[in-house]
Amino acid sequence: MSDLVSKIRNILKEHGRLSGDAATLDPHADLYQAGMTSHASVNVMLALEGEFDVEFPDAMLKRNVFSSIAAISAAVSELQAA
Amino acid sequence: MSSGSEDSSAGRPRTLRVGTDLVQISRIAESIERFGDRFIRRLFTEGEIAYATSSESLQAERFAARFSAKEAAIKALSLSEDGLDWKQIEVLRAANGACTLRLHGAALAAAVQAGILEMSLSLSHEGDYATAVVVCLAAL
Repeated sequence: MSDLVSKIRNILKEHGRLSGDAATLDPHADLYQAGMTSHASVNVMLALEGEFDVEFPDAMLKRNVFSSIAAISAAVSELQAA
Repeated sequence: MSSGSEDSSAGRPRTLRVGTDLVQISRIAESIERFGDRFIRRLFTEGEIAYATSSESLQAERFAARFSAKEAAIKALSLSEDGLDWKQIEVLRAANGACTLRLHGAALAAAVQAGILEMSLSLSHEGDYATAVVVCLAAL
């Protein structure tokens, strides 16, 4: 598992309020279906910004961007590359 | 909600759209404690912050109700994939306590584009939960 994905899983474990174990969740599993509320997704976003020293612009504040580990990983990678 | 002086929706069929949201107040308090000003300033306008923080004991439930209103509006207006700043959806409170929504920027533009004519907001809280319902009248 990449360091990026590992850190994302840790953030989801702490802030995502998932019903299952974030450490073993399928990267493409729907996080909202797994229990993440809209409020929890805000906490996840703020924790991601702190962990990776990035800022999510308004254009990325979409439900889909935080819908799975894979989607979050892609978004963080995009922000880090910018 | 019309952007022009003429009512271009006259005669067009209309429909109602609704959105609702429920927030746990203690979770909002946790977010404020954990993320502090970053959490508050990311989500709320200056006016919302001024009202919510005017009572320390009611701050969390006021922020919770307003967050719930923003989420309810996002659902009613189908804005979840538009990439919006939460501050573009603002809760205004009249002197008599009645609350209404005001949209700004891209949220306002999206609502006009969607034919939204009117919006109505209801907020409530009980115990550890705050909830909001937004009803929109839209021209098809």
